[in-house]
Amino acid sequence: MNAVTAQLPALQVVIPLLGAIIAAFLRRGTLAWAWAALITALTPVIAFAQLHQVWTNDTISYRMGGWPPPIGIEYRVDLLNAFVLLLVSLVSTIMMPYARRSVAHEIDGDKQAWFYCMYLLGLAGLLGITITGDAFNAFVFLEISSLSTYVMIAMGRDRRALVASYQYLIIGTIGATLYVIGVGLLYLVTGSLNFADIGTRLAEASAAYPRPVLAGLAFLFVGISLKLALFPLHVWLPNAYAYAPSFATAFLAATATKVAIYLLLRIVFSVYGVAIDLNTLPVSTVLYPLSIAAMFIASILAVYETNLKRMLAYSSVAQIGYITLGIALMNQAGLTGSVVHLFNHALIKGALFLALGAIVYRAGTIKLDDLGGIGRTMPLTFAAFVFAGMSLMGVPGTAGFISKYYLIVGALDAGLWPIAFLIVASSLIALVYIGRAVEVAYFRPIASAPANAKDPPLMMLVPILVLTFASIYFGIDTELSAGVASRVAETLLGGLK
Amino acid sequence: MGGFENFFAHYNYVATIVLMVAGLYIVIARGNMIKKLIGLMLFQTSVYLLYIAPGKIIGGTPPILDANFTIYSNPLPHVLILTAIVVGVATIALGLAIVSRIHEAYGTIEEDEIIARDDQE
Amino acid sequence: MRLDVVLRVGVKLIIPFMLVFGLYVQLHGDYGPGGGFQAGVIVAGAIITYALIFGIEEAQRVAPRKLVEFLVPLGVLIYAGTGVIGLLSGQNFLDYSVLAAHAPAGRERGILLVEAGVLVTVASTMIALFYAFSERGR
Repeated sequence: MNAVTAQLPALQVVIPLLGAIIAAFLRRGTLAWAWAALITALTPVIAFAQLHQVWTNDTISYRMGGWPPPIGIEYRVDLLNAFVLLLVSLVSTIMMPYARRSVAHEIDGDKQAWFYCMYLLGLAGLLGITITGDAFNAFVFLEISSLSTYVMIAMGRDRRALVASYQYLIIGTIGATLYVIGVGLLYLVTGSLNFADIGTRLAEASAAYPRPVLAGLAFLFVGISLKLALFPLHVWLPNAYAYAPSFATAFLAATATKVAIYLLLRIVFSVYGVAIDLNTLPVSTVLYPLSIAAMFIASILAVYETNLKRMLAYSSVAQIGYITLGIALMNQAGLTGSVVHLFNHALIKGALFLALGAIVYRAGTIKLDDLGGIGRTMPLTFAAFVFAGMSLMGVPGTAGFISKYYLIVGALDAGLWPIAFLIVASSLIALVYIGRAVEVAYFRPIASAPANAKDPPLMMLVPILVLTFASIYFGIDTELSAGVASRVAETLLGGLK
Repeated sequence: MGGFENFFAHYNYVATIVLMVAGLYIVIARGNMIKKLIGLMLFQTSVYLLYIAPGKIIGGTPPILDANFTIYSNPLPHVLILTAIVVGVATIALGLAIVSRIHEAYGTIEEDEIIARDDQE
Repeated sequence: MRLDVVLRVGVKLIIPFMLVFGLYVQLHGDYGPGGGFQAGVIVAGAIITYALIFGIEEAQRVAPRKLVEFLVPLGVLIYAGTGVIGLLSGQNFLDYSVLAAHAPAGRERGILLVEAGVLVTVASTMIALFYAFSERGR
């Protein structure tokens, strides 16, 4: 048993990676789905075991190939990435039962096995970015997950999916390349690629070479911001989410941007923060205006959008604004809000996009104007949409409220009461766009597309309801979400210089 | 050292920056999707140079221990960049595959024409 | 190009040397520049040259599409499988020292296996890409 426990960090990545290879040999869609579901279900077990170990004991350090860090690649699990690992693997597992019918509906039979292969590769990449303690290894996993994401998006039914995938490929590759330039600059001045080791050497390096160190931060920051769709670097996101297959959209919305935010936290707090006083670096100065612009402009764009998937995509950009705002605040409550919103937003957006996928499955369209009365013909699905939407707005008693509560407290702690006001004001815009969908769904006469629609089969309905329930439940019981998040914030801030 | 000499003493960085900016310019300025990918390749190539050039030490040999040699070049950047090259190849291959699918679906690979065709619908 | 005698004879002469050179680069990776990536591309280059001169159908008789697409994941499996051997024998993932009684010898053997996996994947990926593009729009 002990031997297995010691190998958990490797298994976390190796299992989905090997699973993806074997999925490539399975040529039949249903078989590949069953295999992918089995592999996915193993990952949260490993993640939970690791979170438990980190919570009770200390950081896990795993030596790839037996080589000690910083020479070898180190897999390092602390509270922050154990939490993100659990989030990514758990949400994927909940979504997997949903995938079979949705993917069978939207993707041709002979390509389904490849889709699951790409999905598993993407999952392995995301888990790899999260678990690795090596900056270059993170780049490789970033590209593994990105390349499989481009393929998944290009598999969408609409031909615009191809253009969306191409645009994401260009922007994503630029982002990854900027990241690797930043890593290169850090490697040149510190001679190390291990995050923790760079952190310990950076203070000295920054005294000798202040400019490359600062330029490295800029490259890393912009590169990762492209990946996490920080406003105004979000242009790839709405189309990519709108035209990708429904399951891929839900998977990406719930996991991919979250992992990019994790990487930003790692770079800012564990690499730069431990060596240099963060107040002397322009992190907050850049993040404040961009986050607030994202919260307002992206929300307003969402209000004017008639394609529901694009509407939620813009809403994602706005929500990412809240998360980065918490990072900009750099105090205990703000950072807790950030990390807890990472968690809550993954659940909420997962539920919302799955509900939209069910609407595509039954009604065949997600144009708001064609969906009059959908709330009456698909009652359970749309009820889930409304509850998850309420959580998105931050109605008290929902998970979204907890995140915003911490953010507001963080803003007040920092003495920035206008920002607290702006958080509330921008949340009201979410009320407008969710409210508009509710109005069409419940108060308009039933249109032709939803007339014959009904709630999707149980395999699809249950994941939607589970995620919706979770996005309400974590507003009441905050032990797992806010409890862990506040300890994460404590350790991140505790390590700062 | 004056600014002028300093500039030429770091000629490898100058080359890196020229490649980087030229690549990025092509990606932004060109509407043809294949040309954009070529720009992207150029942009990635600049990174290879950024890593490889400082790894070479003048007079250094490959890092195989031998009593006759004392100065070795740094092998790590080469290994890293070998990986980055493979990643780059995969990216470009995927990009070209998507472009050829776009060509089949739209009959053009000019970005503005594609946008115009989508707007007509 | 089927009637161009110089090309056909020249290519027939050069392909064996390309394949042997690929093998040389593969095995010489211990002592000089080389290894699975470079060797894989050279081996794929031999097949692709053959396809360019004699046509894609002829090339597919040598390296059938199905086989090539099977080899892509197989190479990765060899690589990852070598890593898993380390796991199964109680060491860390990708620790090759268990492959032989003497740790450095085990590492050498591990690298040999891993590079073989890389060769298979890179060569077959390149050929698969070439097939995929050349069969488009026919």
